[in-house]
Amino acid sequence: METILSAPLLATNEEGYLKNYTEWTEEWACAIAAEHNIDLTAKHWEVLQWLRAKQAEGVALSLRKVGNSGIVDIKQLYALFPGGPLKISSKIAGIPKPASCI
Amino acid sequence: MKKILILGGGTAGTMMANKLRKNLPLTAWEIKVLDKDEIHYYQPGFLFIPFGIYQPEDVVRDKKDFFSKGIDFEIAEAAKIVGEENKILLKDGSAISYDILIIATGAQVVPEETPELKGELWYKDIFDFYTYEGSTKLAKKLENWEGGKLVINLAETIIKCPVAPLEFTFLADAYFTEKGMRDKVEITYVTPLSGAFTKPKATKMLSQLLAEKKVNVVPDFYLQRVDNERKVLVSYDDKEVPFDLLVSIPVNKGADVIANSHMGDEDGLNFVPTDKQSLQSQQFKNIFVIGDATNVPASKAGSVAHFEAEVLTDNILNYIKGLPFEEKFDGHSNCFIETGFGKAALIDFNYTTEPLPGKFPLAGIGPMELLKESRINHMGKLAFKWIYWHMLLTGKTLPVSTAMSMTGKEVEEEVLV
Repeated sequence: METILSAPLLATNEEGYLKNYTEWTEEWACAIAAEHNIDLTAKHWEVLQWLRAKQAEGVALSLRKVGNSGIVDIKQLYALFPGGPLKISSKIAGIPKPASCI
Repeated sequence: MKKILILGGGTAGTMMANKLRKNLPLTAWEIKVLDKDEIHYYQPGFLFIPFGIYQPEDVVRDKKDFFSKGIDFEIAEAAKIVGEENKILLKDGSAISYDILIIATGAQVVPEETPELKGELWYKDIFDFYTYEGSTKLAKKLENWEGGKLVINLAETIIKCPVAPLEFTFLADAYFTEKGMRDKVEITYVTPLSGAFTKPKATKMLSQLLAEKKVNVVPDFYLQRVDNERKVLVSYDDKEVPFDLLVSIPVNKGADVIANSHMGDEDGLNFVPTDKQSLQSQQFKNIFVIGDATNVPASKAGSVAHFEAEVLTDNILNYIKGLPFEEKFDGHSNCFIETGFGKAALIDFNYTTEPLPGKFPLAGIGPMELLKESRINHMGKLAFKWIYWHMLLTGKTLPVSTAMSMTGKEVEEEVLV
């Protein structure tokens, strides 16, 4: 919880996803990334900005879509955000947890 | 004379043709259905073939027998949709023009998407059951299989009939138990999802069932490739799951004609961007999309196609009259989940309401248990085959409302903290 204190205090849901993605700041992203032991590199930021742009367009995200983004392939996304690449990158990007529709 | 062209004569295309024919005068509207194959498969039946519950002939009919009078059904393969010119091009080079196009081209399994999935072990130790060929070959394999590690794997999250892999797992447990060899089979369910299913309440119930049936679950496993030599699944983050017999649900994709027409969405899976309420294509106003072919966030399942057909029929009739769309598809899905030993569960949900426990009222048959096993649900599942051939395809009204109803569903009270 201490990392949250170092980040701007923003409203999140019980799983730690930002409630309102327009409140997102880069500072907040860094703090959440640190919780997941991720140091954000230029490539990370590129992915995060792409995710946010897609969220703004109202596109439902999937690993495959990120893999087709031209920024990273799926293997690279796993390397950037180990453990749960789409879930963790979405959380850091301040967008809702990717919903599977079924 | 105006023309409605329907691409695909499967569940959704057949229902749409029959429903529209009832509502449009023969003198004003021609209805033409194109499909590349003659055979209509009862796809829900593929699940039962590997276990000998259905025989292959139970699931095969002629497509042409299900169209009512006044529908022109033709076997031909579409190569490209040219939406700007209101026509489609066929493989033989000829063209067919339309006033309204309905895309009902479905989804197919594409094992070629995953490296080495369709390799030297394909139909030897690796099978799918979403095709006629796969399910019938798997039936033969299971007859003589002596046991070992049985792995069920979903290669992708967007698949046709999302509950079928779980049903297969439950039925496999029952099959080997009844054969007296369950102790010789280790069953592992390997999924890219974080749990057995996507929505919390259904996941909890289904996870408990998997545990009761001693099925190991490996979640968050996104398949990258299959190592045929070592007989292991390898994920994108280099996790491995060994198998002796792999039952794969390969990547599902929309039809090739969608890719050739550059009409697929950004997933690269050839599903057509579709307005989730009106079912109109997002690209062309006179193109509508139904069933597995859409990218709407609902299950790819026959029940969904049925509810969509009710909405889309009304919307197309309004479109013809130049009126705004009145009907909105709510994402309604209604699925029996076969759980083995003569029982099944039932789930009923839509875009915004997850599957909930409770009772599902059904006129004439009585309430069915939601999110709970019962024998009557299993009878319902088996009865559905008759309903499918005799009522659903022909466009008759079923005793289930198009919009999801909350009647009988148990909603937890919000707990105030």
